Amino acid sequence: MKYITYLVIGIFFGILMFKSEAASWFRIYEMFQFGSFHMYGIIGSALALGVIGVQIIKRKNIKTTDGSEMSLKPKSKGVARYLIGGIIFGLGWALAGACPGPMYVLAGAGYGSILIVIFGALAGTFLYGVVKRFLPH
Amino acid sequence: MNWIYEPWQWYVAGPLIALIMFLLLIVGKQFGMSSSLRTTCAAIGAGNASGFFKFDWKAERWNLMVVVGAIIGGFIASNFMSENTVEINPEVAQQLADDYNIQSAGEHYLPPELFSLEALSDPLIIAVLLIGGLLVGFGARYAGGCTSGHAISGLSNLQLPSLIAVVGFFIGGLVMVHFIYPLIF
Repeated sequence: MKYITYLVIGIFFGILMFKSEAASWFRIYEMFQFGSFHMYGIIGSALALGVIGVQIIKRKNIKTTDGSEMSLKPKSKGVARYLIGGIIFGLGWALAGACPGPMYVLAGAGYGSILIVIFGALAGTFLYGVVKRFLPH
Repeated sequence: MNWIYEPWQWYVAGPLIALIMFLLLIVGKQFGMSSSLRTTCAAIGAGNASGFFKFDWKAERWNLMVVVGAIIGGFIASNFMSENTVEINPEVAQQLADDYNIQSAGEHYLPPELFSLEALSDPLIIAVLLIGGLLVGFGARYAGGCTSGHAISGLSNLQLPSLIAVVGFFIGGLVMVHFIYPLIF
């Protein structure tokens, strides 16, 4: 039953990414050219509501459906991994024109070439796992 | 029924993304799409190569269900709910046509110059797609999250590490589009 919930959330997410054009290469390129407010508006409005909602969850101590704490643990401190990893991610985001969520959405939309991007992303994840101990964190 | 076919505006999409984040929090999970890549690596046996993939991936199967849903959602949206064209700023569209010979803005959802199967006959295009994916996968795990995990979940929780990561995302994206694109296209 729980898996159906995740599946439905995923379908909703997929439709949303596609319909908002956040999964479009053109929108990502336009964002990095500061050509439109669209992507900034999406992220900004999600964030504004997200910040308010998370504050309400914390103040009212709202629990999950099975009564446990929500997954809002602080991220581990550091600068190097977030900055360097972030820059590497950003280079790829702009080069492929897709971040991980939209990659799957585009695969469902029938763009066969995106499978190369997904394969690359899996390989990149694997490569990180292998070289992790040599990297500054 | 125009709202079905027309693109959803930012003020509709943004709040719905926040809703997805809260739905996942309510069922005890965290919104972050790139974790599914690690889960997939673990599921296909990457644990033999690195301890990073030795974890109980079956406990993370939920994020693979979200992925399956996202694929289905993409299928539904593109086949039944969309004209599959994206209008962007005409100046940006013109610049794409002038500088990179990408003429398809306003006519397609993704530029066929990069994403059509015919384009794959050019090894440069294969390299762009492969390296783009590689950087996304590597960077997301190094930074501990992607757009959803840091820019939405992390920043909503006022996490400084997420802010650093998002600044990194934009440094990387801007460098790619403004300095590296002219070298490769």
